[in-house]
Amino acid sequence: MIEIVARDRCIACDKCIQVCPTDVFERGDDGVPLIARQGDCQTCFMCEAYCPVDALYVAPVAHPLPEPPDVTELAERGLLGGYRAQIGWGYGRTPGARRAIGPVLPAASQVIIS
Amino acid sequence: MTDLDVTADVLVAGGGPAGAWAAIKAAEAGADVVLVDKGYLGTSGATAAAGTGVWYVDPDPAAREEAMASREALGGYLAARSWMARVLDQTYANMNELAEVSRYPFPVGDDGRQIRRGLQGPEYMRRMRIRARRSGVRVLDHSPITELLVDAEGAVAGAAGYRRQHDRSYGVRAGAVVLATGGCAFLSKALGCDVNTGDGALFAAETGAELSGMEFSNAYAIAPEFTSVTKTAFYSYATFYHADGSVLEGAGSTRGRSVIARTLLSERVFCRLDQAGEEIRQAMRLAQPNFFLPFDRQGIDPFAELFPVTLLAEGTVRGTGGIRLTGYDCATSVPGLYAAGDAATREPICGGFTGGGSHNAAWAMSSGTWAGQAAARHARTLGPRAARRAVTGAGGAGLRPTGAGRAGHREIVEAVQAEVLPYEKNYLRHGDRLAPALASLDETWTRARQALRADGPDVVRARSAAAMAAHARWMYASALARTESRGMHKREDYPGSDPAQHHRLSCGGLDEVWVAPETGRPLAVAS
Ligand SMILES: Cc1cc2nc3c(=O)[nH]c(=O)nc-3n(C[C@H](O)[C@H](O)[C@H](O)COP(=O)(O)OP(=O)(O)OC[C@H]3O[C@@H](n4cnc5c(N)ncnc54)[C@H](O)[C@@H]3O)c2cc1C
Ligand code: SF4
Ligand code: SF4
Repeated sequence: MIEIVARDRCIACDKCIQVCPTDVFERGDDGVPLIARQGDCQTCFMCEAYCPVDALYVAPVAHPLPEPPDVTELAERGLLGGYRAQIGWGYGRTPGARRAIGPVLPAASQVIIS
Repeated sequence: MTDLDVTADVLVAGGGPAGAWAAIKAAEAGADVVLVDKGYLGTSGATAAAGTGVWYVDPDPAAREEAMASREALGGYLAARSWMARVLDQTYANMNELAEVSRYPFPVGDDGRQIRRGLQGPEYMRRMRIRARRSGVRVLDHSPITELLVDAEGAVAGAAGYRRQHDRSYGVRAGAVVLATGGCAFLSKALGCDVNTGDGALFAAETGAELSGMEFSNAYAIAPEFTSVTKTAFYSYATFYHADGSVLEGAGSTRGRSVIARTLLSERVFCRLDQAGEEIRQAMRLAQPNFFLPFDRQGIDPFAELFPVTLLAEGTVRGTGGIRLTGYDCATSVPGLYAAGDAATREPICGGFTGGGSHNAAWAMSSGTWAGQAAARHARTLGPRAARRAVTGAGGAGLRPTGAGRAGHREIVEAVQAEVLPYEKNYLRHGDRLAPALASLDETWTRARQALRADGPDVVRARSAAAMAAHARWMYASALARTESRGMHKREDYPGSDPAQHHRLSCGGLDEVWVAPETGRPLAVAS
């Protein structure tokens, strides 16, 4: 679930408010989004992909963490906006789609799963 | 009628791939198009979050023949070759358009040719949004429809909905409506699927449309425990284990998935991707970066360590049931109403099984294209009088309660989930468990119909809850009617398939649910 909006990074561009499919954010008084409906978060990572300044972190578990993770530590591990980097969005990056050549799956599973 | 009224030739509800293609193709056919989405065109729905392999097969007769034959048995011989051939043609054309018109950055193979067999979700759907806007499609995000509008003859003439980020209702009058609202995953939190609550099927049924294949609606996908990431392809490199580290015999990601389900009823199941070599591991990361998010972020090395897994319901997202189509134009049995993608039945190309692996993506883009084009033609025949028709709202449960009392959407959702999520009811099916589950769902429906009421934005949640209840009842009524095992529908009490039941099942109805064999529709393949 969405856990972090890093206030010192956010440029109040509204992008995450627009793109979140389940309408989790509300615009705060200062323009920085608030996580208003965390329970509706579907852990889809899309907000993180769209944030232009890597201010968001979506934890991989589908329930709220007991304590929000430490922002400095996330940044050090390259996890703030890490999904955006992996799909190759942002200046100077190669789109991940361009490099997406997957393994040839074992024949038995090739036809029936994804 | 509402706070905001819009008119259009074609209204498309849903902005996943099916809706996006429908809107673009309707606009290219000359229609004035409005697309509305519950979330956001570009990020919402199963494809945007997940990404998909695509049934892209070169137009070489032998390759096409092999592609069509590959799943006929798995689907219980309920698919039709005529539809498969058309979908293969249309998908080939659309994928080439993605490369040429949308400049999708496909990878390039050793032979210097682009490899067009897969799409990363965020990249694909971002480009679909751009193309829709460039085609002149007007887009309303965060604006779920909450009911269809019908004219005096019962033809569909638009929809009403709610703009969540503006806190007001709206209406669109249109010559034709395409429902591309996705399948129903019962708010299981499977990747990208919480927007998919089966709304389109309920709204269609309220205007008299029929459904088909609703017994093929029990897709379950593997995910690391407590996460949403239901990307299952790479579990073909997995070995599954008991907690004590001994191998769970017979478990696998494809045919052995029911073993995992059965084991999860009494103990946790663990997994390790120990059959992937170093080269394969690199390729996996490049192909599906989202597959690794749960591992990287929790500090798990999935190739070396055991991690617990679960199965999440994906219902009709990776099942095949949905709104019944009457022909290649993706029309429904109600004039003015078209359906595409997961909202429509996928039996024409998959029969009773899909799971994933590219047919769903191909179906979404092909059926979307045809529904959009046909909706544009239909709107043109009506001309300007389409917008002048007197209309009424067709919505029932959650909008217009028939009794006293007050039921909340949460209560209805929980009651439905209690019957449809447990593996022993929905996955490992038996008449002795299906019948009481259906009886309980019937009660839930009655309660919802009489007392579910909501105001403002909660109307959307109430309608989603009602849609899930309706979906669940069609699903179990059809599952009880099919007294055999076929496709993904496996009955423990009827393990074999019965040649006398080699036909599709239609269903429908709200207060009274009915199921009947589809007639007058010969199948191309005999079993
Ligand atoms: C994890 C995962 C992996 C998958 N992998 C593959 C694969 O490899 N290959 C493959 O072929 N298929 C795959 N699938 C299936 C594939 O994603 C779907 O079949 C496909 O997304 C269907 O497209 P759609 O446009 O019909 O629905 P969706 O993409 O789900 O879009 C539906 C849209 O409708 C909107 N909506 C819902 N209700 C309303 C309403 N009331 N009003 C307005 N809008 C509404 C939603 O917000 C959403 O944007 C996968 C699915 C999942 C979950
Ligand atoms: S992870 Fe998805 S659902 Fe959750 S806040 Fe981000 S965009 Fe919204
Ligand atoms: S997308 Fe990023 S920068 Fe923009 S408002 Fe959201 S958190 Fe702030």
